[in-house]
Amino acid sequence: MIIKFIAAAVLAGTPLLFGTVGEILNERVGHLNLGVEGMMSIGACAGFMVGYITDSFALAIIAAFLGGALSALIYAVLTVTFFANQNVTGLTLTIFGIGLSNFVGVYMIGKSPDKTLKLPENITAQMRSVNFFGLEELPVVGELFFSYNPFVYIGIIIALICAYYLHHTKMGLNVRAIGENPGAADAAGIKVTMLKYINIIIGGGICGIGGAYCAMINNGGVWISDNVGGLGWIAVALVIFAAWKPNYAILGSFVFGGLRILKFYAPKSIFPFPNAFYDMLPFLITAIVLVASSMKKSGGAQIPASLGLNYFREER
Amino acid sequence: MANQKAVREPLFRVVKRAEKTRNQIFLLRFEAVILSLIAGAVFILCIGYNPLEIYGTIISGAFRSKMAIQATVKYAIPLTISSLGVTLAFRMRFWNIGAEGQIIVGAIFASYFALFHADWPHAVLVIVMLLAGMIGGGLWGLIPAVFKVKFGTNETLFTLMLNYIALHIVSYLRDGPWRDPGAAGFSKIARFNKNAALDKVLGVHFGWIIALILVVLVFIYLRRTKQGYEISVVGESQDTARYAGMNVRTIILRTMFLSGAVCGLCGMVQATGSDVTLTTSVAGGVGFTAIIVAWLAQLNPIMILVVSTLFSVLEKGSGVVQSSFGLSVDCADVLQGIILFFILGCEFFVRYAFVFNKKGGDK
Repeated sequence: MIIKFIAAAVLAGTPLLFGTVGEILNERVGHLNLGVEGMMSIGACAGFMVGYITDSFALAIIAAFLGGALSALIYAVLTVTFFANQNVTGLTLTIFGIGLSNFVGVYMIGKSPDKTLKLPENITAQMRSVNFFGLEELPVVGELFFSYNPFVYIGIIIALICAYYLHHTKMGLNVRAIGENPGAADAAGIKVTMLKYINIIIGGGICGIGGAYCAMINNGGVWISDNVGGLGWIAVALVIFAAWKPNYAILGSFVFGGLRILKFYAPKSIFPFPNAFYDMLPFLITAIVLVASSMKKSGGAQIPASLGLNYFREER
Repeated sequence: MANQKAVREPLFRVVKRAEKTRNQIFLLRFEAVILSLIAGAVFILCIGYNPLEIYGTIISGAFRSKMAIQATVKYAIPLTISSLGVTLAFRMRFWNIGAEGQIIVGAIFASYFALFHADWPHAVLVIVMLLAGMIGGGLWGLIPAVFKVKFGTNETLFTLMLNYIALHIVSYLRDGPWRDPGAAGFSKIARFNKNAALDKVLGVHFGWIIALILVVLVFIYLRRTKQGYEISVVGESQDTARYAGMNVRTIILRTMFLSGAVCGLCGMVQATGSDVTLTTSVAGGVGFTAIIVAWLAQLNPIMILVVSTLFSVLEKGSGVVQSSFGLSVDCADVLQGIILFFILGCEFFVRYAFVFNKKGGDK
């Protein structure tokens, strides 16, 4: 029972992991991108449609990444180069992304012969599980570590790479400097604009893969509208919970994944809470974490100081 | 010499430029709208339709009959009211992304009276619901403001979380205490008594009158009162406000209460006027669209009325496009997005300019 719960929590948390890591890359350069939901939706659409047409898992993932990255490029051009308001741009990206994704979905359904979009056999088989040469047959350990679909492992690897990149490379140090004080970073000779673009675009691409998870896995390989369904917003919340660190995001997203499915597993006799309470829990916990982290002034490595503010070199 | 070579000049740089005249700014925005319509047309062409035909259908679809016009107005009401609400906070540079939640809580407060005190005289009930909606939304808006002034908690993220907490309060009420015992299958909240529904004026519930009154009130409040002036000063610079002897904390708390109250009023109007019940989709994304409307309208109440009317035309017209061309209604969202992307981009040229660096030569 507990093992089943943990395995289910990991699966429920994986799309969040992509969204969160992508958003962390954004927020680390000081850009609060509220377009996660939109970037995920576009990634979902690009990934699913390419998977549907080409029947190749690898191409689908690449398409999802490119879809998310392209939509993030719109955001980057508007906020980094054109100094547009970040909140408004992000929200627009969300509305635009969900709209475009649904629109293309309906359009493709209209073109398909049997009026539904279902992923073909080959790609479904590729997505189902990863071959660990028998390790997955082991009791307990097999189910806990080796039973998942490839997205889970891709997500963890990406998160670890991002953690290494942000905290153990010179470029990552520069990125964190930009997030804290872009003016000082600029004066120190760091290429602020270029790094901002790189982070936002790659972050968007990672969000896009998370969207592909929602579209390709969550509904058994059948396209439905609004398939991201608010997970992008939970990811924005999770960034706070993960204290802007990709390696915390791994644990955090599995915890939040657990919260998402807790209502199916928690014994009602011991915890007589209504379902709505469980649905609310991720947001409630995040709100509490947000307040708690703002209460202790010397929070150390917490929210990037320049978050939400655009940087114009000639302004101080 | 080698040293000079190492320094690479970027292709262009950004400079601030002198304030433009009103006409120039208007022209710039007009160009942006035209460009966005062209971009939208390219998008429509790509999927194999005639853009002029689609645009024509959107406009004629929104006004083709009395029913259609009423439906368009019905879209515009919540959009206008909640845009006015967020404008109050945005003028102060307080990023209230929580209109969605404030609408919902306003609707919950109003619904309480609609469900359990439907026997009160109609006029009394409506006024009580109106006040309840405002108080509910106001209190929900006050929460992030309190934490902002006390601990500096990031208001964008906090108001965002409160949206979803409010949403799940409704689903709790729907599944639990307020569940309609008569409903078979899915749980839902009972339809309100007729006595609790807003009256209709010219075929549409009188929320449109409330919206118009609010446009005028918010305009006067922001432009002609001391409190409105204080909001602008705090928005420009909190230090300046403090230096001028203003109580910044009080101003933030008061303004956020008002901002939430206006959004809460929107929730009351939606629940009692449009839906005549309380559902989880009482806000249905209006709170987010309102932020876009407010921004497009440059936080100007009169322009908000114009922009939200245009958005409603787009929304209603897209419904007609769906029925006559088989394209999904989501094309409204796509077009809205494209238009706003262009406007956001064009705002840059109001205040800044690109200067292209000449290759070599004089520096």
